[in-house]
Formats: sequence, C-alpha cells, structure tokens
Amino acid sequence: MIPATFDYVEAESADAALAALAQHGDEAKLMAGGHSLIPLMRFRLATPGVIVDIGRLSDLSYINDGGDHIAIGALTRHMAVETSDLLTTEVPLLAHVASQVGDPSVRHRGTIGGSIAHGDPASDLPAALLALQGSVVVKGPGGERVIPAGELFTGFLETAVGPDEMITEVRVPKVPGAGWSYQKFNRRAQDWAIVGCAAVANGSTTVSLVNMGPTPILASAVNDALASGADVDAASAVAAQGTEPPEDLNGDVEYRTALAQVLVKRALTEASGG
Amino acid sequence: MTVNGQSRAGDVEPRTLLVHYLRDDLELTGTNIGCDTSSCGACTVHVGGESVKSCTMLAVQARGEDVTTIEGMATNGELHPMQQAFMECHGLQCGYCTPGMIMAATSLLAENPNPTEAEVREGLEGNLCRCTGYHNIVKAVLQAADGGTNGGAS
Repeated sequence: MIPATFDYVEAESADAALAALAQHGDEAKLMAGGHSLIPLMRFRLATPGVIVDIGRLSDLSYINDGGDHIAIGALTRHMAVETSDLLTTEVPLLAHVASQVGDPSVRHRGTIGGSIAHGDPASDLPAALLALQGSVVVKGPGGERVIPAGELFTGFLETAVGPDEMITEVRVPKVPGAGWSYQKFNRRAQDWAIVGCAAVANGSTTVSLVNMGPTPILASAVNDALASGADVDAASAVAAQGTEPPEDLNGDVEYRTALAQVLVKRALTEASGG
Repeated sequence: MTVNGQSRAGDVEPRTLLVHYLRDDLELTGTNIGCDTSSCGACTVHVGGESVKSCTMLAVQARGEDVTTIEGMATNGELHPMQQAFMECHGLQCGYCTPGMIMAATSLLAENPNPTEAEVREGLEGNLCRCTGYHNIVKAVLQAADGGTNGGAS
C-alpha cells in the first residue's frame, strides 16, 4: 500500500507552513509525525495534493511551565510528554495517557498536536484534553486564537481549526493534587480503545469518553449527575446517555454502552481515591 | 541521510516510504515489511537512535537523519550484543520479526538499561512475533541488558 502522489513542501517555520496552506488551500494537509496521516494515505482514505511537512519545527517542541497551566508545543512527541517530570508532577493524567498511545516506536514519532488535530474519537489524547478542560492555541492568517477543548471537536475527524490555521500549542491546567484515572479497554496491546474513559477530580469532576461517538466527547450526563450530587453508581449508570457509540467487529451499541458504564465506574472510583 | 554510517543521497518521489527506500533503492533488505499498517514492527529501524516503524515514515522525512538498520548493528564482523543474545537464547523461530525485534529491543535498552521482564514485554508491544515465540525473545533482551553493555543503541 503506497500513498497516492502528492507534492511535498518542507516548512522551515510555522509562518512558512501557514503561507503554504494559504497558497494551496483545500489541497494541502499539514503533517507532523505522520502517524495518523500516513496510515490514512496508505489506505487512500486521504489523498491530499500537497503535504506541508512541519515535522522539523523543533521550536514547537517544548513543555513549559505557564504559571497556572503547562504549555506543550504542538510538535512535542508522545515519548517526551510521557517522560516529562514537569507533567508527571503537575498533570499526571496527561503523561500517563501519552504512555498509552500506540507503542514506543509510534510514540517516538507521533506528536501531541498531530493527534489532537486529527481528532480521532478512538484516540487517547483528545479525551485527556477534554477531561482536563485544556485548550489549544491556533495560529492563522489573522493571528492567534485559543480554542477550548470543549469547542474543538466538531465532527468525525473534523475540528474547529480552520483549513488555513495550525495548532501551535496545547495548554492543560495544572492539577497536581487532583484525583485522576484513565481507563482504556482493548483486546490487544497497542490497539485503539474499544471504549475508554478519562476522569479528573479536582473539586468538581470531569469525565470524557473515548470511542463513544463520532468525536472525542465529554460524558455530559455523568458530569451533570455528579454536579447534582449523584454517587458513583448513579453517575456511571448514565455513562452512555446522549452518546452515539459506533458499531464494529469489536462491539455493538449495547456492548459499548455496558463498557462505558463499567469504565466510568472504575474511573470515578480510582479518581476519588477508592 | 546517513544509513549505517554511510552518507546516502538520492532522489525519491515524496510518497516513497522509508522502508521502500531502504529495501528497494539501497538494497538493505534486512528490514522486513510485515503488516504495512504500523502494527507489527517488522520494519523497525532507528532514526536518530530511536526505534521507528519505517513503513509509517516518508523517506523525505528522514532527510539528513542518522538511520540504522539491522545491517548496521554488527561491527567488524562482531555481532551486536543484542544479536548475540538472540542467538544464544534462541530468540527466534521463523526469524521474520527478528530484525525489527532487535532494533526495538536496542532502542528500549537505550532508554531503560535495566528493564524488568514486564518492562521488556511492554517495551516490545509494538512488535509482533507470528510464531508467538515471545518467551525467548524476552529472555534474550534481559540477557543483553545483563551483559554489561546494556545492548546500547546504535
């Protein structure tokens, strides 16, 4: 399986990448580590006419203390997120979730910005960003703007990032003492989650779900129930409410509904120190 | 790019995958192609000293990089300690996954020189052995780690 032909532009800066996007319009696609995009191109599910390679923008690879949040450059590899002392201390959920992406060889190349921009409902990091109530910094012709995680994922593999924009930074609030949990259910090592669940308990509790709809989603029914004082059992019982789980060889709607309930219960129990 | 210590240059189509460049253009056929979907790890090589699945990287992405394949592991006719350990522990059956396993295992030991058995198994989760011969593979990696040289990345 070989990708369809495309023209290749190696961007030397974020501005050069944006200029290439402006020049080529809908035909162009950004490539960071390529670990979401290259497989799609090999299956010919994606056939971009122009690849704008931003993989060498090392100035966008960093993990910085931003005061009340940690700022992570979009080109930061999963392995760097996983092994970051700063994140392990301040946002342990994110470091842990990064360690659950694919396998070590994938984590050497894949980037946090790429994974989030891809917006796959079955991938790990978007769910972590939602549960942490993080945000992304997006750069475009009109300058920079910040998109909260809750407004980022708009459709299947679609985000609020415009075709002429790129994610430059991912921001996650510091939650050093918070309870947290990430539950990923799959049958084989390195597989995508059949269903997954991230939870952060920091005063109030926020839960998100993996592979329970066309986009990465918040478990809104669970979050509302918890806010109204529901206990773990009552909150996890409504885990699938308002979701649109996919059906495939791994499971139908009923199976994923049951899995979501079980995983949310485990996540809430773990995040509350139980 | 530099491949196994030698500078290599050539023109490729942008869509050429690194594994195809290595195998077809440079005739380094020790790197195998297994699943073609970045699942099996048979095509694992080192880029900048780190394990990478060369079926999920464009050759142009490796421009200027330091690439090592299984052919670059032995030095002056001496097997790399990881290769030696695979031989001594019989860490292979059909051998198809072996080049990728050795590249992934040396990358693992470079990051974690003294792994536990569980860490070796997790560290090799991206490499599948179709013969299911994992037991001796894990044994070989642990022996290479104990060998004093810690396997060492290329």
